[in-house]
Amino acid sequence: MNVFKKLFAVAGVALAGLAFAPAAVAQEAPDALIKRISQEVLDTAKNDKEIQAGNQKRVLDLVEAKILPHVDFQRMTALAAGRFWREATPEQQKQLVNEFRTLLVYTYSGAISQVKDQKLEFKPMRGEPTDTEVEVRSQVLQPRGGDPIQLNYRLEKLPSGWKIYDVNVLGAWLVETYKGNFAAEISKGGIDGLIKTLSDKNKRLAASAAKTAKSS
Amino acid sequence: MGPALRIMMLAAALALTGCATTHPQDPFEKFNRAMFRFNDTVDQAAVKPAAEVYRRTLPGFVQTGVGNFFGNLEDGWTAVNNLLQGKVADGMSDVMRFTFNSTFGLGGVLDIASEAGLQKHKEDFGQTLGKWGVRSGPYVVLPVFGSSTLRDTVAFPVDIEADPWRYVRPVHTRNPGSILRVVDQRAVLLDASNLIEEAALDRYEFVRDAYLQRRQSKVYDGDPPTSAYEFDVGPTEASGDSTAAEAASSGAATSTEPAQGPVVKVEQNGGGAANTGVADKESRQ
Repeated sequence: MNVFKKLFAVAGVALAGLAFAPAAVAQEAPDALIKRISQEVLDTAKNDKEIQAGNQKRVLDLVEAKILPHVDFQRMTALAAGRFWREATPEQQKQLVNEFRTLLVYTYSGAISQVKDQKLEFKPMRGEPTDTEVEVRSQVLQPRGGDPIQLNYRLEKLPSGWKIYDVNVLGAWLVETYKGNFAAEISKGGIDGLIKTLSDKNKRLAASAAKTAKSS
Repeated sequence: MGPALRIMMLAAALALTGCATTHPQDPFEKFNRAMFRFNDTVDQAAVKPAAEVYRRTLPGFVQTGVGNFFGNLEDGWTAVNNLLQGKVADGMSDVMRFTFNSTFGLGGVLDIASEAGLQKHKEDFGQTLGKWGVRSGPYVVLPVFGSSTLRDTVAFPVDIEADPWRYVRPVHTRNPGSILRVVDQRAVLLDASNLIEEAALDRYEFVRDAYLQRRQSKVYDGDPPTSAYEFDVGPTEASGDSTAAEAASSGAATSTEPAQGPVVKVEQNGGGAANTGVADKESRQ
């Protein structure tokens, strides 16, 4: 009897250990994640001579490597499209996500290219540890003084890690700001019209990015 | 697509634009758009070129000095507004900023208060009214001054009256100073405005929606009450059938592995970069 009790006890502890083991390799906390990737991107942008010289391709590569894996573009696009998302076919949805992602990558890279000497400051995160949707708040301090630039992120928790699905710059949320643009384009030419507008814009941005790469 | 279907779709599209929904906060949209275009014209013709020259020619520390000087003048009024809003700590901090910078900062040219840890605030009478509960009202684009709201437009004259530079004599010192201030502020915004140019599909709407959110956020000092998303599809499942998603497009949205190919192909072999970039994107579709 005692032997069995001991056996069960040992088995119980072993099982408990197994249960806790995955938790031990827990996901990075959302604010730690944002801090890490922001700092990496900022440091690389400041120290890379080609980026400082204006080579936009380098910035694009940097953004794709460091930032893209941590963003949920599908949800971001769906939120910006609002009620029109459900009316889109899966093929249109896929195209929309691709074009919007490309646009955001160009825009974000444009912002990174302007980094000279900024510093990041993070505010304490609010919320419970068990939250699956959080907001990480930070500020960009300019070397020239003046108002700090507010920069917040909304993240969701997925099995593969925390993912960003909305960004706030200077008080304006990206999704909210693009909603109006999307709705206007859709009312003009339908979802295909929106996809075309985005795609044309991306082609223009690609052309001007190519110019900076060639000239550097 | 047959011609009949095309005509029907065109008619539907026209009907939709006819009863295009007005933005709930922009009943004056026609007027605002016209004013926006006017401001753009003035900007492109005069202010932006001046700002570009300013940024290119004047040494950095001079530009910083100009910015600090006028920023310091604003700090006094910001302090008053903070106190009016009941934010005593911020108000006193701004009073200290103004005092330090005006004296030890050589008339405001040096911003030593920021280095001492006193953060710069920017409060105007419109925000004070907002804090007191006055809603912002419809979006208004003012000639020259740009984006505003009805509440803030009403509050604007109060800000002008409270501006110390307004009382500087003689006029031939004050006017060039005012112009310098405008050019300096525009220079600070040059990069941001270029970015908006790239990011926006429709600049008027983009600026409007960003401005209204920003204004709301400033009234609440960066902490507005959060609103829920409409039609939220929820997080994208990073599920086992991610293989289908990956096969469908390079660099699937849900994949955490590096994209199979760069999302944006800028340049392949250095030659014909623009065309290659376009061709690559088209072949991926």
